Amino acid sequence: MEIKRIAECIWEIPPTEKEGMLVPARIYATEKLLREMDQGVFEQVTNVACLPGIQRFSYCMPDGHWGYGFPIGGVAAFDPETGVISPGGIGFDINCGMRLVRTNLTLQEVRPRIKELVDALFRSVPAGVGSKGMLKLSPGEFKEMTRLGARWCVERGYGWERDLERIEEYGCIKGADPEKVSDHALKRGIGQLGTLGSGNHYLEVQVARAAEIYDPQTANAFGIGDADQIFVMFHCGSRGFGHQVATDYLRVFDGAMKRYGITVRDRELACAPFRSPEGQDYYKAMACAANNAFANRQMILHRVRETFSQVFGRDAEALGMDVIYDVAHNIAKVERHRIDGGMKDVVVHRKGATRCFGPGREELPPIYRDIGQPVILGGSMETGSYVLVGTERAMEETFGSTAHGSGRTMSRAAAKRKVFGRDLQRSLEERGIVVKAVSMPGLAEEAGFAYKNISEVVEALECAGITRKVVGLKPIGNVKG
Amino acid sequence: MPYRYLEEVAIADVAFEAWGRDLGELFEAAALATFEVMVDLEGVESKVVKEIELENEEMDRLLYDWLSELVYLKDAEAMLFSRFQVRIKGDGRYRLRAEAMGEEIDQARHRLRADVKAVTYHLFYLKKTEEGYRARVVLDI
Repeated sequence: MEIKRIAECIWEIPPTEKEGMLVPARIYATEKLLREMDQGVFEQVTNVACLPGIQRFSYCMPDGHWGYGFPIGGVAAFDPETGVISPGGIGFDINCGMRLVRTNLTLQEVRPRIKELVDALFRSVPAGVGSKGMLKLSPGEFKEMTRLGARWCVERGYGWERDLERIEEYGCIKGADPEKVSDHALKRGIGQLGTLGSGNHYLEVQVARAAEIYDPQTANAFGIGDADQIFVMFHCGSRGFGHQVATDYLRVFDGAMKRYGITVRDRELACAPFRSPEGQDYYKAMACAANNAFANRQMILHRVRETFSQVFGRDAEALGMDVIYDVAHNIAKVERHRIDGGMKDVVVHRKGATRCFGPGREELPPIYRDIGQPVILGGSMETGSYVLVGTERAMEETFGSTAHGSGRTMSRAAAKRKVFGRDLQRSLEERGIVVKAVSMPGLAEEAGFAYKNISEVVEALECAGITRKVVGLKPIGNVKG
Repeated sequence: MPYRYLEEVAIADVAFEAWGRDLGELFEAAALATFEVMVDLEGVESKVVKEIELENEEMDRLLYDWLSELVYLKDAEAMLFSRFQVRIKGDGRYRLRAEAMGEEIDQARHRLRADVKAVTYHLFYLKKTEEGYRARVVLDI
């Protein structure tokens, strides 16, 4: 495959590479990351370039690896009138995302009590296969929650009014219609609100070391001040509800494509015109699942605040437990972007990719509008995570999109062969990271060596200029499903 | 076991190949492979019998529906299954009648592994072979 270097960290595959490509494919990566990417990424990013109505480029971010239909790390924007929507460009875990919460606590205060804290978080935040949600909801209440997202929780006392502006889209994607959601999805999700899930989902207690505060001024604007300050970060999505919405509509789209005369190179790229009844129904159902994920993370935040209050004997306000931001990294949204000199609405798909709006965008809350959007890049439990900030360059080049994490490089089975969960837990503890997991084999599957080096991913983003590094965060406690 | 996991096919997830002399056996094998991802099957007792009926015009879509239905029951009814009996009839339209045997999830007692989010169409196939039927499935974790 012909891959041209466009800039230090931007690579392009021209549309002549594959029959049917409507636009070039662009991969953001350092040379090292590009060389290490699996062949699936190149196949998939060029397959996406063939979908009707795609605008400018089919993108893959530096943490990219193969996914279903779209690669993980894939970004594509479609014309709403002539283009498509594809569940494969969003992923099964709709609005899987990251939330970062600050505290006034320091490492000196938390370190001596970290075991107690992780135990308490493990008890208060349900995780793993078969975990039960925090609330018993009627079908009517559940549907209302999927319309309103995080606001539904805040109105019921699970959170603060000011949490909402620190969530992408203020915690609610407009246009959600629970009538477009199957009974199966409702029944699958109704008992799971406020659960973490399993796989690569986690909740972490983290610390910002002085050496890892790269941009003190921006950090300060985000509520990150002193060295050794403690944070809570969690990664989860819409749970069974979103998985079922995706499953249902993959089936619908698999059948509908014939009607619209669309052929795709991979069954997981099933799609329908955005304006078609199927496309609109899916968008409205996807918005419900996205709102469910925002609400899910809001409920988890509520429990995290309660738990910190109990352990440290001060209320969450006094502990300064404000949300820094909440980002969605599996989603499609209608956004306005500059294309060929004019502003235009496009349906941006981000799958394992994060919105990273630069300064000045009106979607950002006043507190961040002049600075740019905080971006949360979740790393493996061993290597740590990053806070970045959106740039003008991303608005010009990538529809305001960047990477989402570190990306796997080793299979789950290979990771389990390399290390036992208990040994990993012990070795992490020796390095100052206390881990509690529902499943020990599940813990081994998530070992740090199974992932790309997240710092390399961050370097690639800086080098391309689509996000800037603000702070690096290192885990001291971790809860896993 | 009438199935095997394919490691290099799905780095972030789980892929398997399953087979059987007839469609019923294949569907039983695929169901076992799906639940073994989530739990040590040895520890799951057959306390509850769940009857499932499905139909589809395509045999491969019926397999997708069958595994998706089991994943749905895992969340909606908090069930784990460790034994299956599947009968499939059909000409033109495939009809499935199955019994899934298992019990409610007990986090304290069951040796749990990774949760399955969904069944995918990635590299998915179901084909007739000389010995019977064979399928490949990738599960999203």
